[in-house]
Amino acid sequence: MDLKLKIWRQANQNSKGELKDYNIKNVSADSSFLEMMDQLNEELIEKGEDPVVFDHDCREGICGMCSLHINGEPHGPENATTTCQLHMRKFKDGDTIFIEPWRARAFPVVKDLSVDRGAFDRIIQSGGYVSVNTSGNTLDANALPVPKADADEAFNAATCIGCGACVAACPNASAMLFVSAKVSQLSLLPQGKVEAKDRVLNMVNQMDLEGFGNCSNVGACAEECPKEISLENIARMNREYLGASLASSK
Amino acid sequence: MILDSKIPEGPLERKWQNHKANIRLVNPANKRNIDVIVVGTGLAGASAAASLGEMGYNVKAFCFQDSPRRAHSIAAQGGINAAKNYQNDGDSVYRLFYDTIKGGDYRSREANVYRLAEVSANIIDQAVAQGVPFAREYGGNLDNRSFGGVQVSRTFYAKGQTGQQLLLGAYSALSRQIAKGKVKMYNRHEMLDIVMVDDKARGIIARNLVTGEIQRHGAHAVVLASGGYGNVFFLSTNAMGSNGSAAWKAHKKGAHFANPCFTQIHPTCIPVSGDHQSKLTLMSESLRNDGRIWVPKDRKDAEAIRAGKLKPTDLPEEKRDYYLERRYPSFGNLVPRDVASRAAKERCDEGYGVNATGEAVYLDFADAIMRYGRTEANVQGIDNPSEEKIKELGTKVVEAKYGNLFAMYEKIVDDNPYQTPMMIYPAVHYTMGGIWVDYNLMTSVPGLFALGEANFSDHGANRLGASALMQGLADGYFVIPYTIGEYLADEIRTGEIDTNHEAFEASEKEVRETIDKLLNTEGNGKSVDYYHKQLGRIMWDKCGMARNAQGLQEAIKDIEALRKEFWQNVRVPGGANEMNPELDKAMRVADFMELGQLMCMDALEREESCGGHFREEFQTEEGEALRRDEEFAFVSAWKYNGDPGKAELIKEDLVFENVELKTRSYK
Repeated sequence: MDLKLKIWRQANQNSKGELKDYNIKNVSADSSFLEMMDQLNEELIEKGEDPVVFDHDCREGICGMCSLHINGEPHGPENATTTCQLHMRKFKDGDTIFIEPWRARAFPVVKDLSVDRGAFDRIIQSGGYVSVNTSGNTLDANALPVPKADADEAFNAATCIGCGACVAACPNASAMLFVSAKVSQLSLLPQGKVEAKDRVLNMVNQMDLEGFGNCSNVGACAEECPKEISLENIARMNREYLGASLASSK
Repeated sequence: MILDSKIPEGPLERKWQNHKANIRLVNPANKRNIDVIVVGTGLAGASAAASLGEMGYNVKAFCFQDSPRRAHSIAAQGGINAAKNYQNDGDSVYRLFYDTIKGGDYRSREANVYRLAEVSANIIDQAVAQGVPFAREYGGNLDNRSFGGVQVSRTFYAKGQTGQQLLLGAYSALSRQIAKGKVKMYNRHEMLDIVMVDDKARGIIARNLVTGEIQRHGAHAVVLASGGYGNVFFLSTNAMGSNGSAAWKAHKKGAHFANPCFTQIHPTCIPVSGDHQSKLTLMSESLRNDGRIWVPKDRKDAEAIRAGKLKPTDLPEEKRDYYLERRYPSFGNLVPRDVASRAAKERCDEGYGVNATGEAVYLDFADAIMRYGRTEANVQGIDNPSEEKIKELGTKVVEAKYGNLFAMYEKIVDDNPYQTPMMIYPAVHYTMGGIWVDYNLMTSVPGLFALGEANFSDHGANRLGASALMQGLADGYFVIPYTIGEYLADEIRTGEIDTNHEAFEASEKEVRETIDKLLNTEGNGKSVDYYHKQLGRIMWDKCGMARNAQGLQEAIKDIEALRKEFWQNVRVPGGANEMNPELDKAMRVADFMELGQLMCMDALEREESCGGHFREEFQTEEGEALRRDEEFAFVSAWKYNGDPGKAELIKEDLVFENVELKTRSYK
């Protein structure tokens, strides 16, 4: 298939970006979206032009490195799919495709389509862990049975890949879905309960410091999440936060 | 030259305990004055950095991704082994040790493997304590499943995302130390050289991949946890950025490279579909618990399927060849990876392949769906359920077990694996070879350590499924925190490493020259990917699932020629002082070419078949691998001498005191 691409080009964080037009021919319907981008870059290199920078790594939908706003949707048109797993058979010959980076104050553009998601790391550093040393001298793994329903629920929340699509989808660029997924995972498990109160307060505080917007219950985050992280996590985090705020002596 | 593996004295089951009890310690006040660099933040790197930081060392950790959470350990699907014996099926530390030695085709060290099995149980305890949500049974206890090459259920898992959950656990421990300031994290940085001062590793040269800035980092020890080199083949299940450069740079600075030809070709991957393809996707080995592998019995049926005239579901039972069950009745579909891969290749080479390229076999879940459906109907008390009801119930069970894998398959192939069997073919997945290390995980360079897939030590010539996660975390959480003390105890008086030393100067200069050279070739040639694909083709054809002397000799010549052409003509756009992924790739591919050559040399030298290394000249009449223990029960450690072609082979003899070397049989 032949396609028209409108791609965001921006030299670095401080420069002004713009959409540029590219034509690409003979794209295989079986190639992934990023393989289409590879093909474009090969052609640009051949012509002596600057290839387009975009983030990617595992190309199997799990590392969370790939991003891209495709025709206005984070990770493109297919549900529950990262950009690297999106295949060109979802497009038609002659289509025009808009390709832009995540847009959020807390995710500054690094170059072209690549953004800085360091804010997510800093939120995890503010409390997204269980404070246990790595000595291995802990309880036997089966000493504390965990109800299967809780374990499954915690797992579902823990499948978040930290890609940032939720932020990109949100009109307020809120990070509530990302933060609540981690808060939920750990608050559902006995191992995480001990620090649950401090954790939710610290992580929400860090989220605000990073410049993410507030949640206004739009729900676009869960709609666009490639891992289908549920909005229930946000509700759970709000309960945890309220409880922690009331109980906090800080 | 003799390599000292420093294996402790004493009986196998006491070695690690005794060693730990006698190893030298660094007191907390001194730890504060000692700097350690960790390169890579996968399971081994993240767990090592977190543990070393927690112990009090000053750690600097580096990863090329935009966050340590993205390292490729995250993509491991099926599970992690541990000798917990929760299933009461006769598992033990000894049995895990034995399975691993045997699975590795008797080309790994007994003492290292025993230690791995010994600490395996602690990994599960540790991960659970960190909040890793493993799969559980209704009673609330942890669930297990079975993997290839073993007859017990010792694999812990979190659906098809076990690697992700374990890595996020290690990442959380790392994040905790970053928050405390004990680990300084360098994202989007790549290590480009090891700096040697007085024959010791004293730091690295790194490049900031966003700005292009070249940096010097000094340390009292450098820990490489930079993963494997499967991307030599271009197409592999590795991430696009996974590379062998850190290991190769270490090799060029004196670290011996061990068993480079031991690569694992994983039997269950989605087949290649065309030239556009940038990587191959694994379908977890856990699928072989329930999936049955087959091709048509009759070549004509295979041809009809390839031509699209016949559907696999139309082929009756008696016309199918479940070749693994036929050849290996006692292990069936759960033979080790190398055996399963070769058997698939054999059938496809004979003309029984089932996709357009002729390089695919079926992995069929129809039986499993019906079996689970009947059990579920019983559980739900449904009398005389219809076929359809059974199928519906069974599909739900299979979906709960493997749902994410099936969904991924459907996205890539555009076919529903609940209804038609999956098509699979072997693909490059893991490298057992790597930097040579002693029992303390120290390389032949003092102060330089290698962990996880980057080292060679535990998997011999073939790694068993669900053992990579085990090794990465064992090395990082439970081995290096002890063994690094043995070296660092002598460093407490060293003081801060001076990065103005001439050795740093020289290394930096060399790095800058390499970058200049790549940016200023004649540039008449093709892109970096073009050369990488060429290299991959040579490696896959001549150093892949089956190898022979003639092919390997040709490959060595071809790679040398390709290398020359690359350096003269490769076209790298952009500059050195900006974000330039093409330049990053060019540097990695330059190293892959040299490493690829060494892999072929090693494969040529090893005149036997063992594990993932199959030399066509050495096979039994039935086509099974023919090992030659008398001549080849050794580790090949290669010493760099200015060019990969001049590398010198040093042999570390493998001594087996506790297991008897047998022909591996899964029949």
